Amino acid sequence: MSVDSVRLTDVRKTFNGHEVIKGVSLEVKKGELVVFVGPSGCGKSTLLRLIAGLETPTSGQIDIAGRDVTYAHPSKRGVAMVFQSYALYPHMTVFDNIAFALKIQGLPKAEIEHKVNAAAETLQLTHLLKRRPKALSGGQRQRVAIGRAIVRQPDVFLFDEPLSNLDAALRGQMRVEIARLHTKLNATSVYVTHDQVEAMTLADKIVVLNAGRIEQVGSPLDLYRKPANLFVAGFIGSPRMNTIKARVREVSSDAVGLDLPQTILSVPRVGAQVAAGANVTFGVRPENLHLAATDEEAHLSGYVILIERLGGETFAYVTLKDSEGEPLIMKLDGEAALYNHQEVRLKIDLNRAHLFAEDGQAIGVSPDFADKTDESVHV
Amino acid sequence: MYSNKWIGSLYITPFVIGFLLFTAFPFVASFVLSLTDARLQDQLGAANFVGLSNYTEMAADSTFRQSLGVTFAYVFITVPLKLAFALFIAVVLNFKLKGIGLFRTAFYLPSILGGSVAIAVVWRFVFAGDGLLNQALAGIGIGGVNWLGEPTTAMFSIVLLRLWQFGSAMVVFLAGLKAIPEDLYEAADLDGASRLKQFFMITLPLLTPVLFFNFIMQIVQAFQEFNGPYIITAGGPLKSSYLLPLMIYEEAFKYFNLGYSSALSWVLFIIIAVFTAVAFWSQKHWVFYAQDRDDKGGH
Ligand SMILES: Nc1ncnc2c1ncn2[C@@H]1O[C@H](COP(=O)(O)OP(=O)(O)OP(=O)(O)O)[C@@H](O)[C@H]1O
Ligand SMILES: [Mg+2]
Repeated sequence: MSVDSVRLTDVRKTFNGHEVIKGVSLEVKKGELVVFVGPSGCGKSTLLRLIAGLETPTSGQIDIAGRDVTYAHPSKRGVAMVFQSYALYPHMTVFDNIAFALKIQGLPKAEIEHKVNAAAETLQLTHLLKRRPKALSGGQRQRVAIGRAIVRQPDVFLFDEPLSNLDAALRGQMRVEIARLHTKLNATSVYVTHDQVEAMTLADKIVVLNAGRIEQVGSPLDLYRKPANLFVAGFIGSPRMNTIKARVREVSSDAVGLDLPQTILSVPRVGAQVAAGANVTFGVRPENLHLAATDEEAHLSGYVILIERLGGETFAYVTLKDSEGEPLIMKLDGEAALYNHQEVRLKIDLNRAHLFAEDGQAIGVSPDFADKTDESVHV
Repeated sequence: MYSNKWIGSLYITPFVIGFLLFTAFPFVASFVLSLTDARLQDQLGAANFVGLSNYTEMAADSTFRQSLGVTFAYVFITVPLKLAFALFIAVVLNFKLKGIGLFRTAFYLPSILGGSVAIAVVWRFVFAGDGLLNQALAGIGIGGVNWLGEPTTAMFSIVLLRLWQFGSAMVVFLAGLKAIPEDLYEAADLDGASRLKQFFMITLPLLTPVLFFNFIMQIVQAFQEFNGPYIITAGGPLKSSYLLPLMIYEEAFKYFNLGYSSALSWVLFIIIAVFTAVAFWSQKHWVFYAQDRDDKGGH
């Protein structure tokens, strides 16, 4: 078995008596692209900076490529980082920015030129090498920042929200470029973002962080299909999962019966551990809510209060009858015939529903996802 | 609206009157005087127009040449030393240490007191034959140095007075240092650059606009230094610390040569103007402006 590229063991970090990272253990395999997601202030950047060596952990251990680097200098860890602000040296040309680390290493001039040119080629920066950062667009600056990282041929790339300063179109484009680059270099990468789409599309493995703790680790689709708790369920997926408060009515070997404000549901469940009478949260993703064709197949009814037409798809916000809870969001076809204030009956795809206990932990899994594991995960 | 305008103008009249009376008028008057043989004790009407003869006279005036040489020496020694010292202290005070605010205040204090006559007087006591410095030296068994009696040490004492006022330059440097984004140093850390390399490859280039500003300010101020030589050394010994501003003063108020003194002050003005102009011209070769859109900064 090969050694993990990055291994964190019960890492903790305290700032001014305030614990920000509360015991994180994690393994990143060689060549894997791991994405940290989580709400603002949950410690994503701090964790990344701990790996980079820009912060020192209060306790715990950090290994990179099988070596304990917990207290090693940032330059001695074999990591390169791409900063959110790009952190380009404003007084140096693009060439000098990319060459900086190599110059510090004291490489011969010819070798530096060769490496910088190769990196510039990969990132389509060749025609910009003589410019200074201020004469570049945001996307170009971003590429220079990446170029500065790749010339060093590090064991691990660290990205802290590298695309967050770009506009939506450019972000999409750079995301594809980063994915391509990752496939090409096949280097271990840790990538911080708060962007759903970046996390889902780029990651081999997503780490969901919340308040300095790991909530769940898994492939994007695993997290989507089998969120371990309400937090992950709410965080992964956009628009977010709909939730309805419910009470357990009865429990059988393969289903849980629920009392909902409007109705009674029997939710198929694999491995559910819950007792009758328990307060639970019932969850269903927007794409698993459908318009019922007949009264018989309808589970819920309500009124459309808002319709968002995106062209390819339509989001409808529906308030349930006799309910003051949040409106449910449905994801429908782009051409779905629907109008505001329309009374609608909803059908729930119960085989893809979710159930969470009062403490937020998932209760069993839905039968459709029970034995699915994401085949694209690195092993 | 109209009355507002008038009230606005009213508010700036003190400045305008002050400027006209104490800056613009002397500026013009000194030039006119420099073309005459006016003497302080005479009626102005008694003065004769003498053309540029005050200026040509300087060429033959050995005191002027001595003073000019000393002034240049003073400027060339104090400006780089003071800038280097101020920058050094600024870098030290930029470290994130406990109680750093206290140190910053302490280091800035001399500048508030620094230029004043009182401090120059104190300085004279320190460097006097039986002054503090010699007493201290005697305490550790070193014989008295005649600080103000020897040309080199006299110059040293007024140079030191200027260095002691590093605070204002230091504060400007400190502000400049704070404006350099922290992540540039973090990137450089990851790239393996030592602190020293970071200073020369990142800090210094990014600090050049501030350095330039301080350089101009210091040049202008150093050429006009008066308190030190006037109070501490009286320009001596042997005119070894006889800076131009002191000579201008003495020509006018000791020897009453108002015309010649005015001509001297115009020469000083031109020297400062030339130095400033050269500095501004040289900018494009060494000052880097990050905001500059048309990419003409050099390095
Ligand atoms: N140097 C520091 N000193 C004190 N507190 C800090 C420091 N750095 C981070 N923190 C605190 O640690 C917590 C986590 O910060 P961090 O920057 O890691 O969050 P984040 O997940 O990256 O958030 P965002 O998505 O907004 O970038 C925050 O509460 C922050 O205030
Ligand atoms: Mg962050």
